Amino acid sequence: MMSENGALPLRGKVLTVDTMNANVKKVDYAVRGPIVQRAVQIEKELKEGVKKPFEEVIKANIGDAHAMGQRPITFFRQVMALCTYPQLLDDNKFPEDAKNRARRILQSCGGNSIGAYTTSQGIDCVRHDVANYIQRRDGGIPSDPDNIYLTTGASDGIVTILKLLTAGEGRTRTGVMISIPQYPLYSASIAELGAVQINYYLNEEKCWSLDISELQRSLQAAREHCDPRVLCIINPGNPTGQVQSRQCIEDVIRFAVKENLFLMADEVYQDNVYAEGCEFHSFKKVLFEMGPEYSSKVELASFHSTSKCYMGECGFRGGYMEVINMDPEVKAQLTKLVSVRLCPPAPGQALMDLVVNSPQPGEPSYQTFIKERTDVLSALAEKAKLTEEILNTVPGISCNPVQGAMYSFPRITLPERAINEAKAKGQAPDMFYCMKLLEETGICLVPGSGFGQREGTYHFRMTILPPTDKLKIMLNKLKEFHQKFTQQYS
Amino acid sequence: MSCSHNKKMDLKKKKKKLYWAHIWMHGTPSICQLRLILYILHVCSVISRFTPEILRKGIHGDTMTENGCEYRERVLTMDTMNPNVKRVEYAVRGPIVQRAVQIERELKMGIKKPFTEVIRANIGDCHAMGQKPITFFRQVLALCSYPDLLEDGKFPEDAKSRARRILQACGGGSLGAYSTSQGIEMIRQDIARYIERRDGGITCDPDNIYLSTGASDAIVTMLKLLVSGEGMSRTGVMISIPQYPLYSATLAELGAVQISYYLDEDNCWSLDISELRRALQEAKKHCSPRALCIINPGNPTGQVQSRQCIEGVIRFAAAEKLFLMADEVYQDNVYADGCKFHSFKKVLFEMGLEYSEKVELASFHSTSKCYMGECGFRGGYMEVVNLDPEVKVQLTKLVSVRLCPPVPGQALLDVVVNPPQPDEPSYDTFIKERTDTLATLAEKANMTQEILNQVPGIKCNPVQGAMYTFPRIHLPPKAILEAKEKEQTPDMFYCMKLLEETGICLVPGSGFGQRDGTYHFRMTILPPKEKLKIVLAKIKEFHQHFMAQYS
Repeated sequence: MMSENGALPLRGKVLTVDTMNANVKKVDYAVRGPIVQRAVQIEKELKEGVKKPFEEVIKANIGDAHAMGQRPITFFRQVMALCTYPQLLDDNKFPEDAKNRARRILQSCGGNSIGAYTTSQGIDCVRHDVANYIQRRDGGIPSDPDNIYLTTGASDGIVTILKLLTAGEGRTRTGVMISIPQYPLYSASIAELGAVQINYYLNEEKCWSLDISELQRSLQAAREHCDPRVLCIINPGNPTGQVQSRQCIEDVIRFAVKENLFLMADEVYQDNVYAEGCEFHSFKKVLFEMGPEYSSKVELASFHSTSKCYMGECGFRGGYMEVINMDPEVKAQLTKLVSVRLCPPAPGQALMDLVVNSPQPGEPSYQTFIKERTDVLSALAEKAKLTEEILNTVPGISCNPVQGAMYSFPRITLPERAINEAKAKGQAPDMFYCMKLLEETGICLVPGSGFGQREGTYHFRMTILPPTDKLKIMLNKLKEFHQKFTQQYS
Repeated sequence: MSCSHNKKMDLKKKKKKLYWAHIWMHGTPSICQLRLILYILHVCSVISRFTPEILRKGIHGDTMTENGCEYRERVLTMDTMNPNVKRVEYAVRGPIVQRAVQIERELKMGIKKPFTEVIRANIGDCHAMGQKPITFFRQVLALCSYPDLLEDGKFPEDAKSRARRILQACGGGSLGAYSTSQGIEMIRQDIARYIERRDGGITCDPDNIYLSTGASDAIVTMLKLLVSGEGMSRTGVMISIPQYPLYSATLAELGAVQISYYLDEDNCWSLDISELRRALQEAKKHCSPRALCIINPGNPTGQVQSRQCIEGVIRFAAAEKLFLMADEVYQDNVYADGCKFHSFKKVLFEMGLEYSEKVELASFHSTSKCYMGECGFRGGYMEVVNLDPEVKVQLTKLVSVRLCPPVPGQALLDVVVNPPQPDEPSYDTFIKERTDTLATLAEKANMTQEILNQVPGIKCNPVQGAMYTFPRIHLPPKAILEAKEKEQTPDMFYCMKLLEETGICLVPGSGFGQRDGTYHFRMTILPPKEKLKIVLAKIKEFHQHFMAQYS
């Protein structure tokens, strides 16, 4: 890139990998990493007519319910259409309850338009509805709308709280405890913020449960080099699908109090509980039932979203967080911080409102709503079971029950030769495995190394979202592949 | 041990608290009193150093509830939070706006005020000020949200075909699926074609387009990529003064160095290359200047840059090796005769290969401004030009962590760049609605300037474009003194008084930055014409009254 006379030196770019933000370079996000990029490429190749041993790519890498064929809840979409194009309020095709919800939402929007900015914390009436919903969910424990912040998906809320918490340098730098395996949003955000990641391992032998002794171990180790200040919990678990017992949550809360940790509870899968004997307990509820000694002390932020559960409305980027016992001055700082980005998307806020204020018995849409919701959740429960059962029939794959959430995270035994070949290629062995699976079957999974796992163990994450028939085919293909793979490399 | 270190920190905090508690109760301490306090603190610290572990726990341990003390030190406090976040300021939604919300509540509760409603002229929020959405856009979005409506005879065919096309590009044919992180591919292609049309055929690669959550999101992302180094090598970013406070807020949050260059108020807020040079030279002494941000048309200043000026900026960026960031969200909002919007991309490519192959540029657009005013949807995009391919991979990775921009916003952006065509059924209505909105804005821009300039002590540049006027206000020394006594900036004092007396909510110039000793406010031109006239008349009256009161 020399200029005409050839005499001027090369003009290097201002922004290169050498001069860019070093923390950004450290960010990794496997759920949309190289496997997924290759999957997109393969899809393009298929479109161009390139022959493959399969006809379509099945994306079981991401919890994207609608992309996998799940239908949206009719009532939600009716209200969204009404909010978007209010002339439809005069259309008698829409049920009255949908119209009422739409009118109520529009009345709380500036100029009665979903196109106006909202307050940065989120629309007042939506925050009130969220608070009422939490109160109902938690058996009457009060929730203050002033503690609710609407967000752009749960991710946004999680990043914002981590940002507030990151301070110090060297040994006083904030340490954040996250489970391994974890959802890589956490490791990615921690890397970007330059905070210190503190790993605690879930117990695979005990259905990915959380051991307090392991929390204690990892905390002690971390204190040598950073200032641990936050403990993140995902319940129901992603990618591991476990549902925490009430006892476990109490222990976590006690641990947080004892060790002076800020608690972050990622509860976006709260309606996705399938296993018998399992129940979702919110951290907020357990905290308050443990008495004022805890409930007046522990700082907690819990997160929810429109993307999971029975809604699966990922594209709208709706979400909220509730903050408990947050220092009032810090809360003012939080409100200021979110104001810079003006507001979360108003359609996502409207959708969040419907999720927390769904049709009631006696309203015209109630029956359909309940039927749609039940159908989605029972299909998911069935698929959770099916996945576990089929995978466990494969020698060399062992899979914990999918108690909740939307994923299976089975352990795979890889032959020594495969591991060596992967290493020779500079790939993680499970990346090598998943890449081969993708090339040969079109199935797109995420290797366990993207979520973290104990050294020497290998896993993959697979969603249980494809329609039952397709899921069966996929599981059988996987079985076949695994057997072939094991043979090939032993 | 980090443990003892923590204890020391605790004690420091306690000292600070005691000190402030003292001031709270007794006012500013004398030297004597200070000495006494320091002595007591010293004794305390000596005692605490020699106190056995158990006793110390009793003094400032974790669990104080049982013995009657109420608080356990929180994990997250002003002292322990992210210091960069503390430095963030965002005046557009700052104390004035918070007070406005309060006043609205008071009015609702029936408290008597000298006015009946709060008029929010603080933020460029068109729909909130009564502007109607474009019918076609909303029809397409309703169809996308509830595709059963595609069977409805009420919707025009062009709206239906747009909706079908968008849905086909969505996973599972649903707006509720995640999109690729860079944005739906078909929409990126539509944007690329739109940019090509806008720029007279200069090519645009859809791979260089990134959809975003409003323009703000993309601006923050680009700045994030650019920030590195420590001390003298820390990234410096040049921003205009006055500026849109997103920039200063983001630089504070990222811990980058803000380099201020001043716009020339006497020349209609134009940009002087010599001023850029001055600012750069000075900054080079303490940081590594790497990016130059331009807002055109200007926010809050409303100027529209000439082609000549843009060329000068590009030459400057090339010579000084600066990454260019062009915030062009007001590109359709040009009102003044003789003014025209020139995109940085177009000018860059018309300057020849010597520049177009070299200068790294990111330009930003959004659904929130222009004639659409669809702020709530948070739709936006950026185009990156000459971005290092490896950095582009990093950018794509970075945006993937947040999964994707809101899909309804992406769909909306698609109809903005792909609006009804002359042979389509919605064309006439679309053109009429767009023209009406833009013509009204032009009229209001003119009216605002004319009326404000009639007021002695207010001086207002022409609002050539965008949505704001940023008039200079002359404040009497007595008012400035009183403001200083209240620890307010003089224009904050002025705006707060205006709000309390008239219900008009503006943003003081200090929130955007201004030359020392000058005072301004930012006011949107968005209220409906009749209301805007009343607002302007009230400001006039207030200003005269204020001048009389303080002179």
